[in-house]
Amino acid sequence: MYEKHLMICGATGCLSSGSNLVEEALVEELEKHGIRDKYRLVMGGCPGFCEVGPIIVVYPDEVFYCRLKPKDMAELVEKHLLEGEIVERLLYKGPDVVVPARFYDTIPFYAKHKFNVLRTSGIIDPESIDEYIMRGGYRAFTRALSMEPLAICEEVKEAGLRGRGGAGFSTGLKWEFTNKAPGPKKYVVCNADEGDPGAFMDRSILEGDPHAILEGMLICGRAIGADEGYIYCRAEYPLAISRLKIAIRQAEEYGLLGKNILGYDFNFKMNIKEGAGAFVCGEETALLGSIEGKRGMPRPRPPFPAQSGLFGKPTTINNVETFANVPLIVKEGGVLEFAAIGTEGSKGTKVFALAGKVRNTGLCEVPMGITIREIIYDVGGGIKRGKEFKAVQAGGPSGGCIPAEQIDLPIDYDSLNKAGAIMGSGGLVVMDEGTCMVDLARYFLSFTQKESCGKCTPCREGTKRMLEILDRISEGAGVPEDLDTLDSLAASIKDSSLCGLGQTCPNPVLSTIRYFREEYEEHITDKFCRAGICKELFTYRIDQEKCTGCTACARVCPVDAIKGEKKEPHEIEQDLCTRCGSCVEKCRQDCILVVPQGREADVSN
Amino acid sequence: MCVEVETVLPEIDLSELDAIIEPYLGRKEMVIPVLQKVQDHFGYLPRPAMEQVSRRMRIPLSRLYGVATFYAQFKMKPRGRYIIRVCKGTACHIQGSPKISGRIEEILGVESGETTDDLRFTLEEVACIGACALAPVIMINDDPHGRLSPDGIEKILEKYS
Repeated sequence: MYEKHLMICGATGCLSSGSNLVEEALVEELEKHGIRDKYRLVMGGCPGFCEVGPIIVVYPDEVFYCRLKPKDMAELVEKHLLEGEIVERLLYKGPDVVVPARFYDTIPFYAKHKFNVLRTSGIIDPESIDEYIMRGGYRAFTRALSMEPLAICEEVKEAGLRGRGGAGFSTGLKWEFTNKAPGPKKYVVCNADEGDPGAFMDRSILEGDPHAILEGMLICGRAIGADEGYIYCRAEYPLAISRLKIAIRQAEEYGLLGKNILGYDFNFKMNIKEGAGAFVCGEETALLGSIEGKRGMPRPRPPFPAQSGLFGKPTTINNVETFANVPLIVKEGGVLEFAAIGTEGSKGTKVFALAGKVRNTGLCEVPMGITIREIIYDVGGGIKRGKEFKAVQAGGPSGGCIPAEQIDLPIDYDSLNKAGAIMGSGGLVVMDEGTCMVDLARYFLSFTQKESCGKCTPCREGTKRMLEILDRISEGAGVPEDLDTLDSLAASIKDSSLCGLGQTCPNPVLSTIRYFREEYEEHITDKFCRAGICKELFTYRIDQEKCTGCTACARVCPVDAIKGEKKEPHEIEQDLCTRCGSCVEKCRQDCILVVPQGREADVSN
Repeated sequence: MCVEVETVLPEIDLSELDAIIEPYLGRKEMVIPVLQKVQDHFGYLPRPAMEQVSRRMRIPLSRLYGVATFYAQFKMKPRGRYIIRVCKGTACHIQGSPKISGRIEEILGVESGETTDDLRFTLEEVACIGACALAPVIMINDDPHGRLSPDGIEKILEKYS
């Protein structure tokens, strides 16, 4: 028996903040005191709050330590483990709490959370099947084994589960189609090719709770009559792949994968395929092509994968989060429990990856229908450095941006569609006044342009033409007709592209034109980028009233363009300035202004 | 896409290649995993190795290159000991990843996709590492480095020699 369990977040977020070094220091301290064997250390799944990583949670005391450094471990061991006293210094502190918060329930970031999919992530050891089973794991699968396959589809349909990866199609219906497709051989495929830049929830589920995905896929296999599954995971997620491999091996040892599972007439074999770096492989037919060892190019639908999928056999494809929801529904009484959360058309919870210029970045799982305001201000703690909230980009390169005026929009499939965005996989990138919307549209389009597989002309050529126009606008060579041309190109690409990538890639451009038209016009007619991003369209000027002559900007300037005496206002030599923005980041008085070129007027902020 | 023959021609030792291909013989759908293993072994996909894979797996060389050049992961030229992957995800972009890659290009004197002459670093871009909360992020081999600013880059690079 261990005295305490210490869960160290071992997900990619905390690893980048140095959680492996913290773990080494902890082990060293424990060994120094000769108490290593009294404590169980688990490099576990993600508690979601990446902003304050590295994180250690001590159980059963339920104490949440954050922003840890290796040198903090001596105090943690001596005070907490040996003397039983909480180390207050290492608890969560922030502008949003009065006293340091001890556990999830008192940290504002978690206040709106509803842990469903992330129910065990960060609580159990992701490399232990026993811990998963002890928390009710594989019980839903056992129940599914005793059910009629179509009854399972019916339950998933009734619960109202919709695909968490993009279009939001009814999962139960998808399963039913595959179930009814003729043929003895069928496949279950898990799309773990999370490619949307700005989304990392699938990675956290894979790393934190791999068995939940296996269980979801097994239940699907039973429901559609498949005996083989593939997990297609990005090669950029090495930790996720290694944990999946461990989980599969354990499930095989326990007889949960293999032949005649638990004595039933049900066989299942699980395979992992590593992606090789192609965004379009997140599209289901392209993904299937890639598993078959071909170039990952989409093919026309119909036939849908439910009729003719992997190796030409009926196939169900769902994404990671969708599968992770399945055991919650198929367990005893799960349908009602699941359907009680969310809105009329969007049931359950959704995991969002909150990133960008928000104070608390990380993963949050909240009920469908929560508003953007609640996510940004309650969960996210507001905008960094007290700046103005400008817009949020939902759904990655296929989605759109939602402006500050619509901050009370509920986040569910239908509301987001109406606003010109999509749920997508659930990435939410928050932007402030320092983000240029033309640049943002250009960024997304250059991404999809690069990732376009080239098979169909509207996507291959159309995105290229749109990108040329956006490049021109951001370089100051835009003409007023450009906006109409963009609109009409976007409409043709949406209508005539072969797959989801092409059909949705104009969305970021359309939604930024829709909500921030004046910013485009400013770029085109005034040749001015007010956010100070498009380098040809602004200059920096130092506010002579505010500058204290601290020399911070002059020291950081890589081209020595800033001149001035100590304690005297500085000035920028415009011929030298490359507008790299280093000085803006360093200036503590906010006195470096963004002004139009050739004009000395103060129009910034 | 044209396939360039590598300019520096290091001796390529193909002796272990058959052992890599062996388990996949007759399974043409496994061509991507085979190429991944070959690249793990050589660091890239040398032409002689590709020819051998083609012969042993009975896949035309043209098709093999068709697959290899489709995926960003596969490299046709030798790469550095350290692979720097600059995350170009949305969160990183709006938190300033263009400045980070600009600074790295300046220090190393290579552009994205290129390798330094001493084969120390290769600079690449990647769509998203999935550590958006710590943007901007780069990975050097398997080590992630987060919350970067342009002036901190040099110090990080010094650690990799």
